[in-house]
Amino acid sequence: MTLTSPGQRMLMAGNNAIARGAYEAGVYFASGYPGTPSTEILEVISHYPEIRSQWAANEKVAFDEAMGVAMSGKRALCSMKYVGLNVAADSFMVFPFAGTVGGFVVISADDPGMYSSQNEQDNRYFARMAQVPMIEPSDPQEAKDYLKLAFELSELFSTPVLYRTSMRVSHSKGVVTLGERLEVKNDRSFVKDVPNWVVPIFAKSLRAKLDAKMARMSEFVESYPFNWIEEGQSKTAIITSGASYTYAKEIFPDATCLKLALTNPLPKQKIVDFCARHEQVYVIEELEPFLEEQIRAWGITNVIGKERLPRTGEYSPDVLAKAFLSEEPIKDFTNEFDLISRPPQLCPGCPHRGAYLALKKAGVLVTGDIGCYTLGALPPLGAMHTSFCMGASIGNAFGFELGGMDKVVAVIGDSTFIHGGIPPLIDVVYNGGNTTTVILDNRTTGMTGHQEHPATGMTLQGREAPRLDLVALIKAIGVEHVQVADPFKQKDMYQAVQDALQHEGPSVILTNRPCIFARGEKNRPKTPYVIQEDKCTQCGACQRVGCPAVLPGKQPRIDEVSCTGCSLCAQACKFDAIALKGVM
Amino acid sequence: MAVTNVLLCGVGGQGVLLASEVLALVAVEEKAEVKQTEVHGVAQRGGSVVSHLRFGEGVYSPTVRTGEADILVAFERLEAVRYGHYVKPGGLILINDVEIMPGQIGEYKPYPTGIMEFLRSKGFTVQTIPATAEAKALGNLRVGSLILLGVLSVYLDLSLRAWESVIRRRIPERLLDVNLKAFQVGVELGRSQAQAAVSGV
Repeated sequence: MTLTSPGQRMLMAGNNAIARGAYEAGVYFASGYPGTPSTEILEVISHYPEIRSQWAANEKVAFDEAMGVAMSGKRALCSMKYVGLNVAADSFMVFPFAGTVGGFVVISADDPGMYSSQNEQDNRYFARMAQVPMIEPSDPQEAKDYLKLAFELSELFSTPVLYRTSMRVSHSKGVVTLGERLEVKNDRSFVKDVPNWVVPIFAKSLRAKLDAKMARMSEFVESYPFNWIEEGQSKTAIITSGASYTYAKEIFPDATCLKLALTNPLPKQKIVDFCARHEQVYVIEELEPFLEEQIRAWGITNVIGKERLPRTGEYSPDVLAKAFLSEEPIKDFTNEFDLISRPPQLCPGCPHRGAYLALKKAGVLVTGDIGCYTLGALPPLGAMHTSFCMGASIGNAFGFELGGMDKVVAVIGDSTFIHGGIPPLIDVVYNGGNTTTVILDNRTTGMTGHQEHPATGMTLQGREAPRLDLVALIKAIGVEHVQVADPFKQKDMYQAVQDALQHEGPSVILTNRPCIFARGEKNRPKTPYVIQEDKCTQCGACQRVGCPAVLPGKQPRIDEVSCTGCSLCAQACKFDAIALKGVM
Repeated sequence: MAVTNVLLCGVGGQGVLLASEVLALVAVEEKAEVKQTEVHGVAQRGGSVVSHLRFGEGVYSPTVRTGEADILVAFERLEAVRYGHYVKPGGLILINDVEIMPGQIGEYKPYPTGIMEFLRSKGFTVQTIPATAEAKALGNLRVGSLILLGVLSVYLDLSLRAWESVIRRRIPERLLDVNLKAFQVGVELGRSQAQAAVSGV
């Protein structure tokens, strides 16, 4: 059964369109790890029973599983945010040496402007480094259709293909016309062939084969019909791809435009001829000068790119108008009006708050990780002091300790711990560390919108799965001092931190309160707290807990709608002025 | 104009995203091309939310240029000022008459006053919509967004038939009646305000 019928015109977000593309391309298997802006791709794919789909422990595992399925002859994809490809890069760099049997597509979602990311990184360079073809859609219709192109290319050249989307393509909605599911003929199968599949031993000959394959692809791409030229009336000429194309069409509707769908390898002769035909060519690409540098390297000089356009931030029609037409965007009213911002904060009732309050009181250096809990670094909590990337917290804490700092605590979420925290914890034990690790186990992958993972005991489809026992795992690693603590009981939480710090040897604390949005939590009845103004001295201690439900102002009040009754503000009050509603 | 540009903004949890989805679906029923996108940082309850919608012919970019939105619908008063610079000169701003105090870190600032006057001084046409109050009267605070859509519908070239069919499709059955009623309340509010604006009352 399909969700929707072919021929239908539907409003779809780019990520939903990619999922539909997977369905229409006859994909057999999909794997991934949640990460903005890619998460919805796998979530939507999970609604197609024709595709076996699953969350993996991390992106490299997702890649390796999909790669195995592809080697077995079936169409497979893996989906991740751009930093996920850093994690999967080990496999991604080597698999092209062997090539694939069934179609294999790696979906990587860039985040220009860093709306929900730790760095800005242009993953198009990965395609060049790995020597694989790269496909870039510009809107939801292309997001669906081009995924099919990616699988065709993969099978045509027996190579993994990088499908590069970006936040704006993935998270914009547009009209998409649906197609039918392709029934992939299953005539491909794995043949044991050690000189092809055992890459390390035969790498030298495989490298030569890969170079020859790239040469064939370079020839092929010259006549690739989806790298098309839109002839225009004006003198302006443009080379562009991806989301940038949609902005270029707004600002230069009459330009002649070479729109690239396949951006690695580039159609050299086509671009050389295009540039020769025009006096001046604008190369419009978000982030790095990926196209421009290659074009210039061919000795072409009549191109204009990054000397006018920024190398950072998301593009928009306004950005292009400023760069090429000297039209300044209209400024917002910040200078004329006091636009109080709405800063991101941990939610009311978030269990991480309780862990941070205890860590702050303990006065420790906290190395952090990637998740909602990174917000604990901001005031008024200010209880996390470093954060870089998935799984870094534990190795960093051990490193600080080796560097001579004492009282260092690593803080990491449950999903992140499974993703990248297990090897460093093994290392702490193996190398005789004293590191304390706090696992903020809120039983979900919070930041990306509450996905399941091995320790929630549920699959991507919400079916029961063997539940990973984190305490047993940590004990098996060799950590002897393991505590489970309630972050909503401040005395207990603080005592657990003190006990862990005093222990000689590695120690782990797991907090035991679920995310307020975790399964079963959202609809749990909650009694809010209220402030008794006659007892309140307006000291502000409750407001320093940093809960959005404790409203700002001289006389603090509690928003009864958003308060979940976690009691942290009441525990912070020295005057017993905060009590459960109806229990005064 | 070939393309209509609309911005919807508010505070996370107010229903901005549902409303923009409904509007986009209505546009899909009647227009050749439609694009919609949200522009925000870390999406969360209580954060500032803005949704861009473009429909008509020749829609490429999903984002609206500053100074080019035909209409801005603010689900919250302060948010109208935050995104006011997107509205074209003399353009229309519909503001839900409600204040949501931002969560604050550091020095406390009271909620700003004089928002309507400020936006009018910029040359925009500003209409206040008592959507939250009307929703309360209908007995369901969550239908405020449908009231705002009803008002908005008066200013857009999209048929009431399309609006109704999308609302019927998109809203769960048990909430359908109150939502349809809310939309109708909005349409009537919008009509009488548009009428008053024309006759200078």
